[in-house]
Parts: sequence; C-alpha cells; structure tokens
Amino acid sequence: MTRRKATSGVKLDREQLLRAYRTMRTIRAFETRMGQEFEKGTVPGFTHLYSAQEAIATAVCMNLTDSDYIGSTHRGHGHSIAKGCDVKGMAAELMGKATGICKGKGGSMHVADLSKGMLGANGIVGGSAPLCVGAGLSAKTRNTGGVAVSFIGDGGSNEGAVFESMNLAVVLKLPVLFMYENNGYGEATGFSYAVGSGDISGRAGAFGMPAEKVDGTDFFAVYEAVQRAVERGRAGDGPSAIEAMTTRFGGHFVGDPQLYRAKGEVEKQRREMDCIPVFVDRVLKDKSVTRKALQDIDAQVESLIEEAVEEALAAPYPGPEELFTDVYKTY
Amino acid sequence: MPKKTIREVIHDTVQSEMRRDPTVILMGEDVAGGAGCSGEDDAFGGAFGFYKGLVGEFGRGRIIDTPISEAAYIGAAAGAAMTGLRPIADLQFFDFLGVCFDQIYNQMAKFRYMFGGKSDTPLVILSLVGAGLRCGAQHSQSLHPQVTAVPGLKVVMPENAYDTKGLLLTAIRDDDPVIFLLHKLQFENACEVPDEEYLIPFGEASFVREGTDVTVVAFSAMVAKAVAVADRLREEGISVEVIDPRTTSPLDEEAILESVEMTGRLVVVDEAWERCSVAADISSIVARKAFGALQAPIMTVTAPHTPAPFSPVLEDLYIPGEDDIESAIREVIAYRR
Repeated sequence: MTRRKATSGVKLDREQLLRAYRTMRTIRAFETRMGQEFEKGTVPGFTHLYSAQEAIATAVCMNLTDSDYIGSTHRGHGHSIAKGCDVKGMAAELMGKATGICKGKGGSMHVADLSKGMLGANGIVGGSAPLCVGAGLSAKTRNTGGVAVSFIGDGGSNEGAVFESMNLAVVLKLPVLFMYENNGYGEATGFSYAVGSGDISGRAGAFGMPAEKVDGTDFFAVYEAVQRAVERGRAGDGPSAIEAMTTRFGGHFVGDPQLYRAKGEVEKQRREMDCIPVFVDRVLKDKSVTRKALQDIDAQVESLIEEAVEEALAAPYPGPEELFTDVYKTY
Repeated sequence: MPKKTIREVIHDTVQSEMRRDPTVILMGEDVAGGAGCSGEDDAFGGAFGFYKGLVGEFGRGRIIDTPISEAAYIGAAAGAAMTGLRPIADLQFFDFLGVCFDQIYNQMAKFRYMFGGKSDTPLVILSLVGAGLRCGAQHSQSLHPQVTAVPGLKVVMPENAYDTKGLLLTAIRDDDPVIFLLHKLQFENACEVPDEEYLIPFGEASFVREGTDVTVVAFSAMVAKAVAVADRLREEGISVEVIDPRTTSPLDEEAILESVEMTGRLVVVDEAWERCSVAADISSIVARKAFGALQAPIMTVTAPHTPAPFSPVLEDLYIPGEDDIESAIREVIAYRR
C-alpha cells in the first residue's frame, strides 16, 4: 500500500507552493479542530467537514482573484478558507457568535464573504450551480474578466438545477467552471449507485463543454486543469467542467458512524489518498521548498487555529435584536 | 395626460430603467424570441409582447433569451443580483413557481439574513397570475400567498397602469428580491399615466373608494370588481370603502385597521384559495387587532378549494365574481348579534 504520487508537470514558484501548503494545512487544522469542538458541544447544528479534499479547493482558488466568484456546498469550510475568508470569523460563525463572518446568523452551511467573491456555502445540494451561472453572467455583462466556479459534489451532480445550469452556461457561453468533487459518497449512498452513467465529467461534457477527470488528491493535477478552464473562461470561450476524484476522511456530518463504509477503508485512504502528504512528497523530492519551511507553516497554522477557537469561544452571542435585522434592507 | 395600458407601461418602464442604469438586464423565456430560428428576430418580445423592440435597442447581451429552464435562470438572476447586476427575470406564468421555488425561497430570500446583512439581491421576478384565459389548472393559479409567506421577499400586485409604473420603478431600484405579479386579464387595461418619473412606495395601500359602512380589501383583478359593486351599492345608500393594499408584503396593516375601526365590517376579496392565504391572514390580523371594532364576522371572497377548471362554464364559477362580493357585503351589513 503506497501513497499516490503527484504526477502533473505544472511548475509553481516557492512562494506559490508555500501558499498552497499553508492553505491546505489551514483547512485540515480548522476541520480537525471544528470536529473536536462539535463533539464538545461548542459548535451547534450540522457540520460537514472537508478533510481529504483540501487540494481541490486550494488548487481552484489559487487560480482566482477577489473579483472571481465561487459558490460552495454543504462541505464549504475548505472552499471558504481557500477563497480568503477570515478563519477567525469562520470559527466564530460556526459557534453562532456575534463576531462570526455572518454575525452568527448563517452557520456552517451558510458561510459567505461577498467581498472575497465567496457567494456562500449552500444548504441545498447543487445550490451553487444556478447562482454561479448568474455570477458568470454578471462578470461577462460587466466585462470584468472574472470567472465563477461552482463547487458541486457527486451527490449534487444529480440535481436537476445543476443540469439546467450547465446547459444555460453553454447556451450563454458564460465564464463558469463546474467543479465536481467526487468523494464517492452522497450522504450514505455510493457514487457508483447514484450516478447512473458512472461518469460525471462525461455527462458534463455531453452538455457541450470541455470536461475532464483529474486525480483530486494531486494538487498539481487539479491546478493544471483549473488553470486551463479559468483561462478559457477569461478568454470568453465559455464554461468547463472538471471532475476531481477524491474521498472524505469523515462521515457525511460530524457524528456520522459511517456504517456504510467497509472496515479499514478510511485508514487505507488516509495512507494512500491524503492530498497533503502527496503534496509534501512532491515538493521535498523536487527540492522546491525545505522541510523547515513547511514545519514553520505548521506551527503558524496551529497557533492561528488555536487563537481563532479561543477568541470564538470567548466572543458574545448575538443580541436578541439581531433576530429581526437583515431580513430586508427596507420594509 | 396620455392613456397607457399596463402592457405599455411595462415596456416603457423597463426601457427607461435600462437606459438609466447599465446594470439592469432582462432575462427569461422568449423575452425577445427568435434565437436559433430562421424567421424574425424579436418574434415574441415576451410571451405577451411586453418587451417587443427592446432587444433592438439593448441587444442580446442585456435582453437575454434563456432556454425553458426556470430553476437555472431564476437562480442565475439571483446570482447575478448578488454580484452587481439588477436583473428583471420574466417568469411567464407564476404557476411555474413550482419549478424554481427553491431558487426563490431557499436562495434569494435568505441571502441578506444568512450572510449577516452583507448581501444585496436587487432582483425583480415579473410574472402573471390569475384565471380567466381558459388555460387550465397549471396556467391559472394565484400563488401570491405562497411567496407572501416567505420572509425576505417583497410581493407586489398592481391593479392598474398608473400603479404599475410607480411600483415597478420602486421594484427595480429596490435592493431586495421583489415578486411583481400582474393579472393576466388586465394588461390591456388603460388609464392616465404621467410621462414623468414617480415612485410608489411598497406597503402603502390605495383607498380606491372611500366609504363608512363596510371595508372591502381587494387585490389585483378583484379591485375593479369590488369598485363596481361599491359604486352600485352607493346608489342604495350603502357606503363601501375599497382598499387595494397593492403589495401583500409589506402589507399596509395600518390602513386596513384604521378603516375597519371606522366601518366595523370587513370583506376580503382575493382570487387565491382561502386556506393559508392572504385573505385568511388579513382576517386574522383584523380579528386580533381590531376585535373591539367588529360589528359582524369577517367575510372572505376567494376561489374555492379546487384546482382551476378548464371548461369556461366551470372557470366562471371558480373566479370570484361581483355577485359573490355583493352577497358578502350585504351579509355583513345585515348581520345582527
């Protein structure tokens, strides 16, 4: 049982590699800690963790700027961090605190920061696809050169609104990337059961756009594919789709006993399919960065997450008047 | 002053707003028509011709024909609204709410709240409600109660061309999602409409007739019927006040309550079904807040609890008529404890 290898030939400079590593490590540390906080009872509600998929959000968002948009899923913390949302604000948001990125009124499934082009995690499966088509339409109409990336799981890939969105994006030739993250599970049902054709990218391609399948555990492979798609969008050549094959190390939600997975499956995947060691193997072998530089980042990330959690725990809950604000601008 | 139909007002108002503000776009099925066809461009100009000619002025980049794909384009309008555009999304028949409701009540209605007040969604969904065109159960419904019930949405139901202009200007410039519903029997109705710009605020009822014996609250196509009855009864000495709230969300509760405090009697007329409706809602508000003033039970005049029938004979029975309104008024006037 050997770990997968990053095989893409894409070249990034040292600063970019360290940034990618920092983002992936921040997501992993955030998710790990939020899982613990959930179990302690400090994070209410439902929480869906992104652990195992970090390479995908990171590789996508490193191809984007603040004037590009992403729309996210239930499993949205990783996308948010990668798009530049404030980690402290996110920790407070998950705890329902007034200092949260959405004043504690959104929660895990509705983290958003429009100033960063992050149009929201989404509690409705496949929910981001129509919104991102609209964001792409907006970028095209206002001629900003921006693109919109809709993150969709293998579960969301079966939603009718997603199919409609792909067709509309092709018809209007919009700068949209349909970024499928196939982690093998839609809740407690396997991808191989729920996707009739067994091929999400093939199905997307049939809508009339370039579509490819990549190894989602290989940051470099995802980066390269996204770069092509984003360039195509910026050049006015219309939408693209990518299906990144990945897994998830946790359940559908924190607390899911995962009875639907074989014994030892997650352990095996952790050994073979963890995108962070795959990334580290590659950059150390290349001598692109030093182990010391990575360790420095590890330490900084740990203290950032610790600080974020401490501050969030200490922060106040919203005042009762907040129940009634932000329903309308005027009413 | 020039007379204009509701159809002309929609055309002219969309046109003037698109000239004024480059972020206003129009999207929907056949808002121009003719794309991918070998015949005329702009063949429809909207299913009912509201937008005829606009594609010639603004081009297909701003007058956007979509596939028949309501979930995608209503959702896309929401996404465009949160990222810098002011879309007007034409949803031909409001019955199609069923295929795009998720985009409306789970997405656009909740962005501002879920995102802690940091998101505007300036979007108008313009659609048609109501029976009377003999088009059967899936093209005749009055589904405004379904959207009125959702926090985060504003719902507008103009009755005449004058109000349509002032309310549509307000709707397009509003930073929240607005559902703008016209009755499909009414858009050829004309009245005097000033050329100059005027905005009618949401939540301000129009007192269409003043009266002292009974308050009739009516919406959309029911307003004209209520007015006809009020004018007839006035000759008999029955003084009927007719209030058109014009928007169901926000609702001008104050106007209704003030009127009932004076008249002591209320009839609510709406073409939607009664169960969980705007009519039931207003009845409840008045029963709770003006209980002491009431001299008779509140009456509602609505469609029955059935789908809209196709056969003209049955459809005419289905739609609340002047006779139904008149009977209800006579009943509350005659009531004695």
